[in-house]
Amino acid sequence: MAVMDYMTTKKDELVGWIRKFSLFPYPFVTACCGMEFMAVSSTLYDTDRFGAALPRFTPRQADLLMVVGTISHKEAPILKKVYDQMCEPKWVMAFGACATSGGFYRNYGVLQGIDRVIPVDIYVPGCPPRPETVIDAIMMLQERIAGDHHPILPAEQREREPSHENKVFPIFPAADRVPPSQT
Amino acid sequence: MTATAPLSHEAIEHELGRLIERSWQSFGMTVLELSAEHLVPLVTGLRDKFDFVLFLDVTAVDYPERSPRFDAVYHFYSRRHNQRIRLKVRVPAEQPVVPTLAGHYGSARYMEREVHDMYGIEFAGNEDMRPILLYEGFVGHPLRKDYPIEREQPVVAYRSPG
Amino acid sequence: MDVAPPLVSRLDRNADAGNVVVNIGPSHPATHGTIQIVAELDGETVKRADVHCGYLHRGFEKEAEHHTYHKVIPYVDRLNYCSALNNGFAYAEAVEKLLGIEITRRCTVLRTLLCEYNRIADHMTCVAASIMEMGAMTAFLYLMTVRDYIFEHLNHLTGARLTYSYVRIGGLARDLPEGWLARLEEILVFAEEYLERIHGLLDRNRIFIDRTRDVAVMTAEHALNWGFTGPTLRSTGLAIDLRKDSPYLAYPELDFEVPVGINGDNYDRYYVRMCEIDESIAMVRQCVGLLSDGPVSVDDPRVTLPAKDLVYTQIEALVHHFKLVSAGIVVPPGEIYVSHEAPNGELGFYLISDGTSHPYKLHVRSPSFVHMGGMHTLLEGYQVADVVPTFGSMNMIGGECDR
Repeated sequence: MAVMDYMTTKKDELVGWIRKFSLFPYPFVTACCGMEFMAVSSTLYDTDRFGAALPRFTPRQADLLMVVGTISHKEAPILKKVYDQMCEPKWVMAFGACATSGGFYRNYGVLQGIDRVIPVDIYVPGCPPRPETVIDAIMMLQERIAGDHHPILPAEQREREPSHENKVFPIFPAADRVPPSQT
Repeated sequence: MTATAPLSHEAIEHELGRLIERSWQSFGMTVLELSAEHLVPLVTGLRDKFDFVLFLDVTAVDYPERSPRFDAVYHFYSRRHNQRIRLKVRVPAEQPVVPTLAGHYGSARYMEREVHDMYGIEFAGNEDMRPILLYEGFVGHPLRKDYPIEREQPVVAYRSPG
Repeated sequence: MDVAPPLVSRLDRNADAGNVVVNIGPSHPATHGTIQIVAELDGETVKRADVHCGYLHRGFEKEAEHHTYHKVIPYVDRLNYCSALNNGFAYAEAVEKLLGIEITRRCTVLRTLLCEYNRIADHMTCVAASIMEMGAMTAFLYLMTVRDYIFEHLNHLTGARLTYSYVRIGGLARDLPEGWLARLEEILVFAEEYLERIHGLLDRNRIFIDRTRDVAVMTAEHALNWGFTGPTLRSTGLAIDLRKDSPYLAYPELDFEVPVGINGDNYDRYYVRMCEIDESIAMVRQCVGLLSDGPVSVDDPRVTLPAKDLVYTQIEALVHHFKLVSAGIVVPPGEIYVSHEAPNGELGFYLISDGTSHPYKLHVRSPSFVHMGGMHTLLEGYQVADVVPTFGSMNMIGGECDR
């Protein structure tokens, strides 16, 4: 019914507004970008204005996984485990060049971008990114969350949105992107 | 700190010469070359006689066209003489074994594990040879010259595209 | 999905029956992201601890063997990223010694000034992070504010806030801009005012003293045996400092003291760092007084790019510029070990050159890695809540530890 569609849209707007302004980041900090993460959380740049200040250091309570810094192959299983432990809805931010694509490390130790193991919502370029870039990224993510469909009502359970894992994320095909099981 | 006269490689040769093959000065630092079986007596001699109490570093160098292939390089610091010293031990590729210093310096444990990871040199007597910078299941020794830099050995299966 | 852990801890297998084995890290706010501590606990006491590093191994040495000497500079910056300039200057000194280059007077004084300036930022980061992990947010925010002003100031000079890539072989990338020294004095005054507040908040704070006094006590002999250097070693009472013992750059001309601790506990490590910040501020002011006019890069055709107007008008300068940038500088064969007093301890670069434009081997003697080797001795016997302050007082920087 048209009224139900209208109510669902309004509900989505409300839930989107609530979710976008109460992001609980899980700062998965590894390297130099962590210094800029500390700077962006501090008083001069302040993510608290966007509601994204309080980090939750357990994945069960967090909804924004910020992968801050280089992920090596040794760290990748830990990243995957933390991502799997997060509940829906969740979003992933690849903070910095190393998380986005491996940065300028192209060797045996570094995972060439976290989107090889987990799906990513927003990529923040920079080495390390300026705090203003991070805030721009948070705002872009907030716009996406605000415009998203949030199937929380029992009536919507039947056409449930695919989980974050199965959403279609564009991955640019690379010649060497062959899963290890097939090498 | 009282200033003592700088320690020359002749003074070390005079005391411990029977354990050393060659010695020379390089950019102000004494360098001693020795063989693996004299490493532990020389290091304990340096520590007891010349106060080389701070073990700075152990690493290795790979010369693939040379035989013996590896050079294990040690650096120490003497508190009394305020000086650093370098020790070089030639290690053959067929039997890359060097005695461990983990019983004499606690800091040797981790540094020897790193050299083992990167070059494959065994440290006889160091019972903890787990990978430290690499991970379980990594095949090969990356800092050897014949290991291609881009050969990754992923642990987590990659997501399939699209 | 089930993913195998990247390493095995022996404590899982041979812990005592009544004890609990707990995993701390590597994704943990207080372990600076990349250290895993597997601790065997008897109630609250840590009986044994197993420290695992390597989760940030980025293949620095292998990358250095595949890049020219100038292209290695950004990699060197990301070792101890809190004080990137210190790493770069130590590396540049190693290459310059192999080349036989003597840097200019202005460059020497500027490098010293920037080393001390970055040391202030690094010690502030260490104190701020370890304090925040103990729960004192106010001190963290004060220090972050000062540190941010330092970052913006260095951004004005180098173009980047954190990883500067400012050093060049034979000199620096560019000279000081207009007004930089005036702003420097403003920031130092601001830093002193905020450090007074930190001293007021922490020095005689009952809670802080209870959490850090007599925790993770270390004797001088123990520290030397386990390879500790830097403020960690000086907190035990030994005044071993490369800036005094084997002075480099402009340190012979500077008048400063080396603060040492008494007990070798966490409180002493905090206090040694705070005193070192004060000494560094004084040293920065002395360096400003020593600055004289002159070129900032040595005029050696082997390393320095020719002047831009010549590059655009003369073919020889153009080809020279092209060769230096694309093929890289060529360093004569030799090997050298250069160590500087980085904020964490003795940072050494062991460089072997084979006469080509790529290093044959570039090994970093990193203080954080050696400290991680000895840290388990400081955790055993204390409570599990002491793990976080002890770890924070070590100032483990992942990029330096795992390279």
